[in-house]
Amino acid sequence: MQAVIQGPVYVVGDNIDTDQIIPAEYLNLVPTIPEEYEKLGAYALCGLPQDLYPVRYVQEGKLDSVYPIVIAGKNFGCGSSREHAPIALGSAGCKVVVAESFARIFFRNSVATGELYPCESENRICDKVKTGEVAVVDLDACTLTVSNSGKVFRLKPLGDVRPVVDAGGLFNYARLAGMISGEARPKANQPGNRTA
Amino acid sequence: MTLTEKILARAAGKAHVQAGDNVWVDADILMTHDVCGPGTIGVFKREFGQNAKVWNKDRVVIIPDHYIFTCDPKSNRNVDILREFVREQGITYFYDVIDDPAGSWRFDPAAGPVKRQHGSHYAGVCHVALPQKGHTRPGEVLFGTDSHTCMAGAFNEFATGIGNTDAGFVLGTGKLLLKVPATMHFRLEGKLQPGVMAKDIILHLIGEIGFDGATYRALQFSGSGIPHLSMDDRMTIANMAIEAGAKNGIFPFDGRTAEYVDSRTRLNGTKTTYDPVEPDPDQNFVFEHVIELDKLEPTVACHPDPARRRLAKELGHVKLDRAYIGSCTGGKTSDFVEFARILRGKRVAIDTFGVPATPEIVHELKSTRWGGKPVWEILVDAGVHLTENPGCAACLGGPLDTFGRVNSPLKCISTTNRNFPGRMGHKESQVFLASPATVAASAVAGRIVDPREYS
Ligand code: SF4
Repeated sequence: MQAVIQGPVYVVGDNIDTDQIIPAEYLNLVPTIPEEYEKLGAYALCGLPQDLYPVRYVQEGKLDSVYPIVIAGKNFGCGSSREHAPIALGSAGCKVVVAESFARIFFRNSVATGELYPCESENRICDKVKTGEVAVVDLDACTLTVSNSGKVFRLKPLGDVRPVVDAGGLFNYARLAGMISGEARPKANQPGNRTA
Repeated sequence: MTLTEKILARAAGKAHVQAGDNVWVDADILMTHDVCGPGTIGVFKREFGQNAKVWNKDRVVIIPDHYIFTCDPKSNRNVDILREFVREQGITYFYDVIDDPAGSWRFDPAAGPVKRQHGSHYAGVCHVALPQKGHTRPGEVLFGTDSHTCMAGAFNEFATGIGNTDAGFVLGTGKLLLKVPATMHFRLEGKLQPGVMAKDIILHLIGEIGFDGATYRALQFSGSGIPHLSMDDRMTIANMAIEAGAKNGIFPFDGRTAEYVDSRTRLNGTKTTYDPVEPDPDQNFVFEHVIELDKLEPTVACHPDPARRRLAKELGHVKLDRAYIGSCTGGKTSDFVEFARILRGKRVAIDTFGVPATPEIVHELKSTRWGGKPVWEILVDAGVHLTENPGCAACLGGPLDTFGRVNSPLKCISTTNRNFPGRMGHKESQVFLASPATVAASAVAGRIVDPREYS
């Protein structure tokens, strides 16, 4: 699994709850149905108030986002236990969310689904970077580097959850580790494994 | 060990566990609903095979309740996916919207959102339906694909919300790997003053520790105030543990717990035996806090987060467009009764919507009479739009045609549990969370007021 994720960042503030990540009206979409998985991606972060976030995470009419890295403040993913939240982000092409802190269930769902890496930063980053700036997240070195300025931010190590996301989620991990039987399944959000 | 540690140790088959341990625990009950059930079933089938069987057909409880009374075809389809799965697996406890096990669910818009459209098995909002239908028992482990599953902590059990992938795993194996949370201890001392409700306790508490003040932790309640709190009150409080980020909230076991659980399990023919957990003399808490109940005042959580705490009396300048009573935390019989007590003989000044959590509550409101008049009628006469179709309704916005949904940038005061941007519908709307008493009084005044001025 890739240890380096590079691309433009999308920056949000504190307390981004699951209703802002995927508004409740789209919860009629079932993530295990491939077309609906794709659609969830189109709505990722569309619940953010427009006045605070004039640039959308996913452009109108598109299924994917141009931002593989999301940077957030405290308590990212608070609220509901809907797995639609990390799935919408993953489906849109988000690979990593770097936040000052995560809400418990969102963190766990990100790992269980293997959709994205939930990385905690050592310090607050969301006030120091702007949407659209290009950055590099290095999971081995535990750093986020802003390409233009060269500024480096430290990330907390992912620890035990890294191999689970690397494997593509809880079930694949359990299979690779011999805890349950069967063959590991390719990751849903890998290129070549998409339906649209 | 704390109450949470004791239950998790037991469920893991260990003599002792402590905060931070990762343990495999056996689930007693797995609950799912129409929003997360189809995805959970999808994960289960994808991972365990099309012909796989659930680990125990008596321990999976399926309760459609979220997007039911809507024309949205996908939402209607999702109820049908649940029914199909129940039939294929022979699942015992399914509270279907319709009575025909071979039928399919279609909401009839011509009949409107107010008149009863559900069948006789329908149970309403899952977290209130679970105890009413005899599925909550002291000492047990309950997992649910919904964050407010923590509400069942009122019954002295470990109850927590999980995602579809984890739930798919439980469906296949009956087990889940959990990290034992550290426990924060809250002593509730004394007694609430008239006009102050259980909702004010939890809004006060969340304001005290912050919306992430209990992340990864358990909340444990004790103190001289507990015996005065009804099971409804305890449910209101445990429900919102998640609004402080907690994994679970848990109450001690007492005579009231036993009375409720025993009567409900007997009535519904569910498992009647259970083994409560009692507090140990040596418990390790990461945080201790005393809340003096008699000092609490009507409290409001202001838009846009449940920890933005103010007193109702400080918010008289906030003009409102709408009031809402409903949801798991705020749509129980006792909530509506307090609401009606304040509205009796008055008229609401703003649009006011009422959605009882379960059909049983609808029945109780229609059959309880004050001075010859059913409570239901008292509410209708006061101008409240009430529906006979219980469910989550506008608590989480839902499809556009959902009853009570906030479809424009309104200011709404509500007995529900979340007020993040867009929670009840429109992205620019604002939600203020308060007790049924505060919501009722504010509905009459058209602005936020302290209910003690109106009773
Ligand atoms: S009533 Fe509201 S909070 Fe309760 S389960 Fe339904 S949507 Fe969730």
